[in-house]
Parts: sequence; C-alpha cells; structure tokens
Amino acid sequence: MITALSHSFLHMLLPLALAPLLLSVINRTKAIVAGRNGQVLLQPYYDLAKLLRKGAVYSHTTTWVFRAGPVVGLAAVIVATTLVPFGGASAAVSFAGDLILFAYLLGLLRFVTVIAALDTGSSFEGMGASREVTFSALAEPALLLALAAVARQTGSLSLTTMYAGVTGATWTHAAPVFALVAGALMVVFLTENARMPVDDPTTHLELTMIHEVMVLDHSGPDLAFIVYGSALKLWVLGVLLVGLVVPIHSGNAWADSIVGFAGLLGLAVVTGIIESSMARWRLTRVPQLLVGACVLSTLALVLMLR
Amino acid sequence: MLLLLGATVVLVASGAVALLTQRSPWRCNVIGASGAVAGCLLGLLPASRVLLGASSSSLRLSWEVPGGAFFVQLDALSAFFLIPILGLSALAAVYGSEYLWAYQQKKWLGPPWFFFNLLVASMVLVVIAHNGVLFLVAWEVMALASFFLVTFDDEAEEVRAAGWTYLVATHQGTAFLLAFFVLAGRASGSLDFDRLSATPAEASILFLLAVVGFGTKAGFVPFHVWLPEAHPAAPSHVSAVMSGVMIKTGIYGLMRMLTILGPPPVWWGWVLCGIGLSSGIFGVLFALAQNDLKRLLAYSSVENVGVIALGLGVGVLGLSSGDPTLTVLGFAGALLHVANHAAFKGLLFLGAGAVAHATGTREINRLGGLLKRMPWSGAAFLTGAVAICGLPPLNGFVSEWLIYLGAFHGAISPGRTPALPVLAVIGGLALIGGLAAACFTKAFGIVFLGTARTDLPARAHEPGLAMRVPMMTLAAGCALGGCLAPWVVGALAPVIQSATGLSAASVRGPLVAATTPLQSVVVVSLGLVALVALLTGVRRWLLSDRRVDEGPTWDCGYAQPSARMQYTASSFAQPLTDLFDLLLQTQRRVETPAGLFPRDASLITETPDVCTERLYQPVFAGIGRGLSSLRWLQHGRVHLYVLYIALTLLVLLIWKLG
Repeated sequence: MITALSHSFLHMLLPLALAPLLLSVINRTKAIVAGRNGQVLLQPYYDLAKLLRKGAVYSHTTTWVFRAGPVVGLAAVIVATTLVPFGGASAAVSFAGDLILFAYLLGLLRFVTVIAALDTGSSFEGMGASREVTFSALAEPALLLALAAVARQTGSLSLTTMYAGVTGATWTHAAPVFALVAGALMVVFLTENARMPVDDPTTHLELTMIHEVMVLDHSGPDLAFIVYGSALKLWVLGVLLVGLVVPIHSGNAWADSIVGFAGLLGLAVVTGIIESSMARWRLTRVPQLLVGACVLSTLALVLMLR
Repeated sequence: MLLLLGATVVLVASGAVALLTQRSPWRCNVIGASGAVAGCLLGLLPASRVLLGASSSSLRLSWEVPGGAFFVQLDALSAFFLIPILGLSALAAVYGSEYLWAYQQKKWLGPPWFFFNLLVASMVLVVIAHNGVLFLVAWEVMALASFFLVTFDDEAEEVRAAGWTYLVATHQGTAFLLAFFVLAGRASGSLDFDRLSATPAEASILFLLAVVGFGTKAGFVPFHVWLPEAHPAAPSHVSAVMSGVMIKTGIYGLMRMLTILGPPPVWWGWVLCGIGLSSGIFGVLFALAQNDLKRLLAYSSVENVGVIALGLGVGVLGLSSGDPTLTVLGFAGALLHVANHAAFKGLLFLGAGAVAHATGTREINRLGGLLKRMPWSGAAFLTGAVAICGLPPLNGFVSEWLIYLGAFHGAISPGRTPALPVLAVIGGLALIGGLAAACFTKAFGIVFLGTARTDLPARAHEPGLAMRVPMMTLAAGCALGGCLAPWVVGALAPVIQSATGLSAASVRGPLVAATTPLQSVVVVSLGLVALVALLTGVRRWLLSDRRVDEGPTWDCGYAQPSARMQYTASSFAQPLTDLFDLLLQTQRRVETPAGLFPRDASLITETPDVCTERLYQPVFAGIGRGLSSLRWLQHGRVHLYVLYIALTLLVLLIWKLG
C-alpha cells in the first residue's frame, strides 16, 4: 500500500518536476549540432520563474476566454499526465477506457488554446488556430488507431495494463506491429508538440508556424502556464512512445523510472537531431505526413487481423 | 398512461385556444407557451416514473380504420425518448414566448403556437403509438405541423423552397414506412406492433425499408438533404426542437423496429456503421464549410445522428455475434447520445437564435466580438460547443466514450465480432471528433470572439430572461449530464432491455462493467474542475500585486489592426475544406486585386450540398423530363378527359369480367 502510494506520488512528481528539462535537452542538442554551446540545462526553469514573476498585458479585444485558456489548458494536461503509466509503474488513475479520456483531454487543451487565440482578433493567431485544428483533426485518428493496435495486441483497454503488456516477449512476436505503431506515434508526437517538420517552435516572429503563433499575445504567468503545459504535453506523448520502444520492466520503481526517464531523454535528443537536420515542410504537405501516420496505424491493425 | 394522454390533450387544446385568441398577441403568446409548458411537465411525470422502475402501461381502444387501433403503450424505450422530447420542448416554449414576440407586429402568433403545440403532442404520440396506422397518422401530423413551422417566414423565397424540399423529403420517407408496415403486417393480419412479424428474408427487406424511411427523418446521408434547408428556416426555438428531438423520432422508429424484426444478421451492423461513418464525416465536413450559423448547426445534426448510428451499429454487431458487452455499450452510447444531443444542440440553436435576434443576421462572417455584449448567451453557447465536441467534463464526452469503449471492446476480442467495422468506428469517431472541434471553434470563435466585422454586433444586446433561462438550464444540463453519467447510464438498463430483448441479467453485467470506469471518468473530470479552480486562484494570486496593462492586440508589432484583418469563417475552415475538396466541392468566386492601387477585391465561398447537386437534382430533373413526354395527355379538353375515364372504366370492367 505504502509502496503503491509512493509509487503514484513519484509518478506524479516526476513529470511535474522534470518535464521542462526535456525542452532544454532538445535545445541543447540543436545547439550542439549547430556547433554552439547552447543554453544551460536549467534554462527553461529560469524562463518559467521569470515569467511567473512578471505582470501581464492584455489586449482590449480579449475577454475572459483569453484568460481562461492557459489555465484550463494546463489543468487538462496535468490531469492527462495522471492517466499515463511511466517507468513500468501504473498510472495514478487507470481504468478501462482511460486512453480515450487521455486523447480527449489533449483535445480540450487544443480547444481552449484555439479559442483563446481567436479571442485576440489577430490575423496571425487566427491563422495559427486554423492550422492547429486542421492538423489535429488528422493526428487524432492516427493516435487513437495506434493505441487501438496496442490495445488489441495486449488485450487491454487501459493505458496502464496495455503498457504493462508491452514486453520484450511481445515484441519478439509482434515486432512489425509495434514498429508501425511507434512510427505513427512518432509523427503524432512531432505534430502535437509543434516540432519539425510540421511546425517550427523556435521562431516567434515568422508566420509559418502553428503553436507559437497562437500564443503570441499571452504574457506573464499566462505564458508560463502555456510553456509549462507544452512541456508536460511533450512528456506525456513522449511516454507513450518510450513505453512502447523501451519495454523494460524490472519491477523496481526507481530503476524503472530511471530507465523511463533515460528513454525520454533519448527521445528528446532524437527530436533535437530531427529538428536540426530537417527543414519545416510546406504546410500543404503536412497532411500527407499525418495521413501517412494514419496509414501506419491502420497497417499495424491489419497485420493483427490477418 | 391517462396522464400522458391528458398531456397531449392539454397541448392540442392550448394550441387551439391560442389560435382562437390571436387577436390579442399577448394573450395568444401566454396561452400558447404556458399550455406547452404545462403539457410537457404533465407528460414528464409518467415518463420519468416508468424510467425509475414503474411497470409499463398500455391502452387499447378499437378504431374503425382497417388495421388500425388506438393502441398506445408506454414502456421504457418510449419513456426514454419522451424525456428529451418533453424537456426540450418545454424550454423551447419558454424561449419562444419571447422570441416570437418580436414578430407580433408583422405576423399572427396563433398559427406558430398551434403548430408548435401540435408538433409536441404528435411527437409524444409517435413514441407511444403501438399500432402501425396510429403511428403513421401521428408521424404525418408531426411532419405537417413542422412543415407549417418551417414556412413561418413565408415571405422569403428560400423559406418557401426549404418548406417544399422538406415536404417532398418527409413524404418520401413516409412512403417507405407505408411499405414497411404493409409488408410487416401481412403475415399476422394486424398492424399492432407486438404482432408484427417477418421471416428472415422479409426481415432484411424490412430493415432496409426502415433505414430509408426512418433515416430520412433522422437525417442519414444521403437522405439528409431536407435538413440543412428546413432547420435554419424555422424560428430558432422550433429549429432547436426539430434538430434536438424531432429527428430522433427517426432513431426511435429504427430502434423500435429492430425489436420487431428478430435477431439481426451481421450485415445490418455493417450497414449501420457505414451509414454512421458517412453521415458523421459528411455532416461535420459540410458543417465546417458553412457560413450560416444555423445551417452549420443543422449539418452538425447530421453528424451527431451519424454518431448515434455508429453506436447502434456497434450494438447490432454485438447482438448478431452474441456479445452482450458490445450490445450494451453500443446501445447505451447511442441512447445517451440521443439525450445529450437534445441538450447541446437545443442549447446551440437557442444560442444561435439569440444571436440572430440581437443582430438580425446569421451570417458568421458579419459577426464577431459578441461575447462582450452578450456574456450569458455567449457562455451558454460555449458550453454547448464544448459539449458537442465531446470534450470532458461535459455530457457529450460520456456518450462518445461509451461508443468508443464498445468499439475498443470489439476490437480487442478477436474472433467474435468482425473487427473491420469496429476499427472503422474508432478511426471514424476520432476524425469526427477532430473535425467537430474545428467546426465549433470556428462557430464560437468567429461569432463571439475577436472584434466585430460589421457594425451589426455593436447594436447587439442580451436577450431577456425568458430566452436566457432556457439556455442556462440546458447549459447546466450539459454539465450535470457529465457529472451524473454513471447513474444515468445505470438507469438505462430497462431501456436497453426493451430495445434489444436481452435478459435483465445479461444487460446488468456489462452495464455495471461500463459504469465502474465511468465513475473514474467522473472523478477525473471533477479533478479537472478542481484543478482549474486551483490554477485560477494561483494565477490571480500571482497577478495580484503586479502591473496588469491593457493595450491593442500585438499583431507582431503592427499597431493598426483593423477588424477586417481578422480571420473569417471561410479562411479559418479553408485548409480543411481544401483538404476534403473532393467531397465538398466548395465553389469559389474570386476577384483578384488589380492595378497599382487595387480597391475592390473579393472572395466568396459557398458549399452547396453535393448530394443535392449531384444526386437529387439530376434524378428529379430526369424524372421531370421523362414525364414531360407524357404531357400530350394533359391538354385541357374536358371531353377527352371524360373519354379517358370512360375508357379506363371499360378496361377495368373487361378485366374484372375476364
């Protein structure tokens, strides 16, 4: 009982404390590839602390919807964090069908971000909002079909038991399925987290991006909530991918957590390398990428149906 | 039962009195609305008693009509459909009392009240009728009453056209139902529902007839073409009732007939899943492409009926493969979505009505920034928008969750159920969910947020209490439906039993298995609400001693943003409409800017219904051409007509004798 509790506690505390670190690992990787030293690893924490200490500027145009957006969005992603199993441990909350709630909590985050962007009346933010809903409409089937493939392979409807069922043994006889699912999840991971080749997270003044342009007008604590929320989103979607690719469950909570976190750091490095080595795709080509992810998930399911 | 019949009498009588007293608009308005509310409340009593466990009751009086009988029965399935019908109608009546008042100078208020109350009474009769003839009579009264409500604004050309389309479509549906009842009653010689029967071969034909006949009313693609015409044309409280509950009588009919037709073969499930997918995706895509707020909502009803059909499809797949869990989850999801859709679509139509009432337009691109002038209506509309996207913690999530869970359950139990349709349901629901989010961020965002795009919203004002209270009630219903989900789903047991014919034990087990995780869903949802409250407090505390300024929207440093630079409904939807252009066939009229100092450039996009343009118009035009070749028969010479009659009689006589 005590171990289970401490387990859950650990499970909640780790993402809340360590998620921003993933952002800095990605940035550091990009800097190293580009031949720079890059920022210190704690930079996102400094940024968050700075933003939290600031005041805020709001547009005359905006209403309470704009102010509620970051709050509801952060709450949604924190709650989604409680549903994902991390490092071999069970999630803080798990039940049959929690994967659907997980996907829809991320949907709620997206919904409030989009309407908060539209609230500014800015043409740029409208553009970002429009792109966001377009790409997420295609990313959502890819995500749920990928999870359906894992669910079918492991015979379970809860993220915790699903991921507990992914082991080296299942990999040996379902490697093609899991590989396809991992590919689909990687695309979803990059899309949902506004990463190359879908979106460019570094430019705040270029008009080719999606997520960053939607949060242009947020400032102070609101912006801190958004940055922190996207770090958590990076974490939870990353955990879904890492849990599949690094199926090591030793049974020891600490060891498993360390393995899981190492996997996430690895994913962050891979993301950094992708970001450094690829250009952002033309927006009209992104749907093809996402449809490709849907096809990968579907293919994984078809492989299991044969 | 008598209480329920009393309710219909109250409804019809108050409608008639309203018609008689229409010389005084005020009296007519009060009598019509209060009669509707009283009738609905009276009817809610017996319906909720049956749902809470009272035994079903019936009444049978003989009737001179051949095959007919005044046979009504209130069982769990009827009672379940009565709750949204009566609940939403009562709220719509309250709303209508203020909404219609604006027309008192121009129009008689008697007919709209008479037909509204008649519509409610006929819907009640439709769901309790237990005899084919009585059912069809009630069905027809419902269609005609709503026709007269649709054509309320009959000076407008497009309203008359919409009424005409509706009249043709509804009778096309009724024709299929007529064939259905004739065929189903042939063997037993009676049209009473409990004596209808069919051999398996007949059952399949009957199923297809029912899908077309009831599907026309429900708005299944491709029989939906009347819906986006008729629903926007009606006054908003009528649109709410038509979209929220009237089209569900089609779903009711389909479910009732499934109980009659015997054990379903597996391809029925395939058909229903296919219809659900095409209606869902087609409906939401067209909704996304619309620029008229009420038309958008009407198309979104097609989508939601598709979601309901997906649930039914999953349920029927479960029935045919003998998997009670799948059956129960599918039917529970479909039923709950019926009630949920009544709440949020009713709410959204009432909200759209408030917008039209305040600004005089439904054109999304001419609105903007309304939330500041109409905070209550805006908040209510936002609640409906979140609910209809199926997002937690509101009610829409719960019903979609049940359907998903059913499909996932089918997907992970290999061998028993065909995996392909359930996987299509998962992918389809996800796509529909994503597109719905795009559609309703557009509907809410462009209308209520940003700045006004024309000077219309500047004159907007919040409607009065009679319009606001029903919206608030429905918004509260959406929130409560999310919180009370496990109990609501638990109470569905008798309804599912009467819809599927499963035993109490085999329904109870899967339903308990579904409600246990639902409790966790509710706990998580409440956790979300608590966390939002906590973070709001944190944010307020952080900003309490800081400088909080206001300025213009930053817009990347451009300090002169004008309202026209904002994204519009068309531009917001453009990436998606381009992506699905093969299906949507959006028409564009572009005038590109020309010259050194270009002035008048314009872009107009329009997305007419592909089914109308590509399917019905060619077919009807072809029929017209074919029949016009017979026009020589009709030339206006009376003596020749008499000759036709005489010849016909002669031929008949010879045939009879020979």
